[in-house]
Amino acid sequence: MDYLGLIINIFVSVAKTGNDRHAFTSSSRAEIRTLCGNWRESRQIDRSKASSLGKLSEARYRTMQFYSRRKKLIGNSQTEQLYGHCLQFYGQPPIENISLSEFETFAVDRLKLLKTVENLGVSYVKTSELYTKKLDAEFSNLNFPYKIEASTKDDWKPQTGPSEYEKRRKDHISHFILRLAYCQTEDLRRWFIQQEIDLFRYRFNDLPSKNIGQFLQYNNLHYHTISIDEKKKLMDKLVTSSFAVSGSTVDGKDFYKVPFQDALDLVRTRKVYLNGGYVYIPHQDIVTIVLNDFRTRLSKALALTARSLPAVQSDERLQPLLNHLSHAYVGQDYSIQKSIGKISLEQIDPLSAKSYPLCMRQLHRGLRDSHHLRHGGRMQYGLFLKGIGLTLDQALQFWRSEFVKGKVDADKFDKAYAYSIRHMFGKEGKRTDYTPYSCMKVILSNPPSQGDQHGCPFRHSDPELLKQKLQSYKVSPSGISQILELVKGMHYQLACQKYFELTHSIEDSGFSLNHPNQYFMESQKLLGGPGAGVKVEVKREDNPATKPPNPSPHQTPGPGNLPQEVAAEITEDLDSFFQDA
Amino acid sequence: MTTADYDQASLPDLLPLYYRRLFPFSQYHRWLNYGGVTKNYFQNREFSFTLKDDIYVRYQSFSTQNELEKEMQKMNPYKIDIGAVYSHRPNQHNTVKSGSFQALEKELVFDIDMTDYDDVRSCCSGADICPKCWTLMTIAIRILDRALRDDFGFRHCLWVYSGRRGVHCWVCDEAARKLSVAARSAVAEYLSLVKGGDETVRKVVLSDPIHPFITESLTVVENYFSQYALLGQDILGSKEAVDKVLALLPEDILFLCKLLQYFQTEKNPEKRWDTIRSMAQDKRMTAKKGHYFEMEIMLQYCYPRLDVNVSKGVNHLLKSPFSVHPKTGRISVPIDLRELDRFDPFEVPTISLICEELDQPKTEEEQDDNMENENKKEAGERRKMRDYKRTSLAKYVKLFDNFLEEMAHSRKGEVLKNSDLQKDF
Repeated sequence: MDYLGLIINIFVSVAKTGNDRHAFTSSSRAEIRTLCGNWRESRQIDRSKASSLGKLSEARYRTMQFYSRRKKLIGNSQTEQLYGHCLQFYGQPPIENISLSEFETFAVDRLKLLKTVENLGVSYVKTSELYTKKLDAEFSNLNFPYKIEASTKDDWKPQTGPSEYEKRRKDHISHFILRLAYCQTEDLRRWFIQQEIDLFRYRFNDLPSKNIGQFLQYNNLHYHTISIDEKKKLMDKLVTSSFAVSGSTVDGKDFYKVPFQDALDLVRTRKVYLNGGYVYIPHQDIVTIVLNDFRTRLSKALALTARSLPAVQSDERLQPLLNHLSHAYVGQDYSIQKSIGKISLEQIDPLSAKSYPLCMRQLHRGLRDSHHLRHGGRMQYGLFLKGIGLTLDQALQFWRSEFVKGKVDADKFDKAYAYSIRHMFGKEGKRTDYTPYSCMKVILSNPPSQGDQHGCPFRHSDPELLKQKLQSYKVSPSGISQILELVKGMHYQLACQKYFELTHSIEDSGFSLNHPNQYFMESQKLLGGPGAGVKVEVKREDNPATKPPNPSPHQTPGPGNLPQEVAAEITEDLDSFFQDA
Repeated sequence: MTTADYDQASLPDLLPLYYRRLFPFSQYHRWLNYGGVTKNYFQNREFSFTLKDDIYVRYQSFSTQNELEKEMQKMNPYKIDIGAVYSHRPNQHNTVKSGSFQALEKELVFDIDMTDYDDVRSCCSGADICPKCWTLMTIAIRILDRALRDDFGFRHCLWVYSGRRGVHCWVCDEAARKLSVAARSAVAEYLSLVKGGDETVRKVVLSDPIHPFITESLTVVENYFSQYALLGQDILGSKEAVDKVLALLPEDILFLCKLLQYFQTEKNPEKRWDTIRSMAQDKRMTAKKGHYFEMEIMLQYCYPRLDVNVSKGVNHLLKSPFSVHPKTGRISVPIDLRELDRFDPFEVPTISLICEELDQPKTEEEQDDNMENENKKEAGERRKMRDYKRTSLAKYVKLFDNFLEEMAHSRKGEVLKNSDLQKDF
C-alpha cells in the first residue's frame, strides 16, 4: 500500500453543550493555548466550519473523502487486529478521526519519550538495570505500552488509567504524527530514526521468545526458525560460523533462516553460516536483522512522507504545530526569572568562566575581544542574559559599554543597537517578550557562517578547534576525548553536559541539558551563586485584549483556575518560537 | 594453422567478417532478453563500443536483435562492453530529466586478473600467462563457483575467458541481477580473503572460528597446492622463494631457526612443506590462540583475488562474451566447467583462425545438416548458422546455448510455480 502521508481528518472535539460557536470548553481552550503558545482564539475552527471543510482546498477535500470512504470498509475487527500485538512495526498509518488536543498530546508525549530514550541511552549502558528501570518508568508515566505480561492482564480490564488498547493506539498514532514533524531534513530524520530504533530495540529485547515468532508472523517478516532436525544436521557448520555459538547454544536456542539480502552485514564479515542464499542466525542476532528491516522501512517511509508533506502542511491547524514539534523544547523556557536584578554587571566576567555553557562563554569572549557581535550572536547572548536575570537597563549598559570600546560611538549605539535590545525585552514593536533560545534552537537553526560567534560549539565548531578551546579552558585530556566522542555521535547536548560535569568536577550533572539558561541555573545552584534562585514562570500572553476571562493576568505561577492535568502541562510549554522575531 | 598468425593490424579486415558471419547474435539476444519477462529489458541495456583509433562510445542501446546486428556490422567495434539495464533507453539518456535516468539491474559480475597475483607467481608477470600459472584461474573458478552456487544459491553462472590474462563470471540469476550496491559489495567481501597491497606482507589473516566457507575453499586449494605451488612455482625451492614464505610465518625466533636449520639438509619441497605443516599443527595444540599459518600460506599463494570495485557497481561496464581481445585476437569464450582442468587459454580460437576456417570446404557431416535445415530456414540465416559451426567457435556457442537453455528452463519452472501459487490454470 502506498503511504500517501498521514491524512488525519481533524475536527474539533464537540463541547458537551453542543451548539456553542466556540466549540471548545474553556479548559480545553486553555489547554490548547498553553500547549501551542500563541494561538489566538480566531484560529480555533469551529465544528460547523470543519464539517463543511470550508478552509480546505479542493484536492485535500477529495483525498479526505477517499480516506473516509476507505475507513467505512474497515470495521471494528480491523482495529482490534491492528493492535493485536504490543510491539508495532508501524507499517500502516492510522485511519481515524482524532481531536486536535489528542493529536497534540500524543505528539508531545511521544517526543518526551524519545528524548528520554536519547538521554538515557548515552548516560547508561543500554542493558543495565538503571536504564531499564528509568525507561520503564517513563513508559508508564506517559501511558505507552511496554511490558507484555502487564498487557495480557489488563487487556480487557483496565485497572487505572488507559487500557492496553488505548496505550497501543497512542503508540501507533503518535509515531505517525512525529513522522510528519521529523521527515523534512536529514538531521531531523536521522535523529528520529535513531531514537525510534533504540526504542524498538528495547521493546523487542523485552519480548519473550514465543512472542517474537508471533511478532514476526504478524508483520510478515519471513524469518523462519529451523527445525531441530535441521539444527542437528548443521550443528558443525553453525558452531564454526559464529563466534558466540557453541554446541549448547545450537541445542538450546532458536535459529532463524533469513535471505542473505536481509543480513548483509553478517554476510560481509562472514559471521554467520550461509547456505543456498540463506543465512542461519542465532536468536540473539535476529534483533539486528529486524532492526535493519525497521530502519530501512522507516527511512523509506520518511522520504515518502516528506514528499506528501505539502498537502498536510497546507492545513493551517497542523502547520504551526508540526513546525514547532520538530524544534520543540519540552521543558522550562526561562522567560521570566525570579532572580531578576540579582546579577551585577561586574559579576558577568567571572560568571562567564564558571557558569556559562560553552556557547555563551564563546559569545562573551567574542564580545569582549572584538567589542562587537553580529545579529545572531546578539540575539543568542542577549536573550541568555535576560534569562539569567539582567534588567533592561543593565543590558543596555552592558552592551553599550562594550560596543563603545569598538567602532560604535554612544550615539550610534543608541540609534541602532539599543532599539533591538529593548525589542528583546518586549519594549518595542509588537512587544512580544522573547524567550531565550533552547539548545535545540541553537543547534538546529541559523548555523553560523564566517565571522559569526553564535551557534553551538559542539555542533558548529570544527572538532580540532573545539579541542583547542577545551584545552585552553583546562579541561583534562580524557575529558576532552569523552566530549569529542559524544560530538562524533552527534550528541551535542550531552557533550555540553559532559563539559558541565568536567568544569564543575562532578560525576553526574543530575539533569538533562536542554537550555543554556538551565546550564547557568544548575551551575549557580551547585556553586551557591546569585543566579540560582529561579522559579519557572508560566508564559502568558502580554496582550490583555486576547486574554480569556478566567485566568487573571498576573505573572506568578500556580495552577490557579485551570484543571489539574492542564496545570501539569503548563510547566512544559511546547515551544519558545512563537515569540520570535 | 596456428593462432600465432594473429596480427592486430588485420583487425579492420577481420572484424567485418566476424560480425557478419560468426558473431552469435541470436544467442546473444536470447541471453540479454531473459525471456522477455521484463518489458524493455533488452532495449534499456547499455552497451559501449571501442572503435578504431580508440574512439569510445557509451550509452549505446538497441530496440531489436536486428538493430544490434546492423549497428555492430556498421561500426565494427574493437571492443564491446556490457553495462546495466537502465530506467530508460540509454541512447536517449540526454532527454531524460536529470536524476531520473538510473541503472536498475545488472548481472553480478566478477573479474579475476592474473596481474593481481604477481607477488606470488614466479613464472610470469604482468600481462603474460603460461600453463603453469593458469592453474590459479582454475582454482579461482572452482572456489568461487562453489561458493556462488552452494552458499549464495545462484544457479546460472557464466564463466568466460577474458581473452588475455583472466576470467570473468556473469551471475545471471534474477535475484543476482536485482542486487543492490550494498548487497554486491557484501557478496564480494564475503568472497575476499586476500587483503592488502604492496606494503602488506601477510595478506591472509585467519582466526577462530574458521568459517565453513574458508574450510571449503582450503579443500580446493589443497587439491592443487602440491602440483601447482610446490612443484610448478617452486615456492620452497630457491632461497629467494623460501624467504618469501618464511616472511609469512610467526615471528618466533626459535621456531624460524629450527626451520632454517632443517632446510639446510632437507631440499625436497614436499618434505619441507610437510614439516611446516606439522609445526603449525603442533603450535595449535599448545598455544592458546589458533595458529593457522600453513593455511594462510596456502591461501595467500592460491586463493582468488577479485577486484571488489568491479562487482560492486550496478552500472559497471564489463567486457562482453564473444567480443574480441584486440591485443591477442582471442575471442572471449565461455568456459566449460565440466572440463575445467583441461581448459587451455592458448587453444582458445583467435579471430584470424576462425576467419580462416570459414573458407574451408564443408565436411560431409555438415552437408547432411544442410539438407535438413534447408527447408526450414531462410538462406541468410542458414548460412550464418552453418558458418560458425564450421569453425572452432562452434563448441563455445554450443556451451552458451546450453547455458541459455538452462536459464529458460528455470524461468519456465518459476512461471509454473507462481501460477500454481495463484491457482492459475
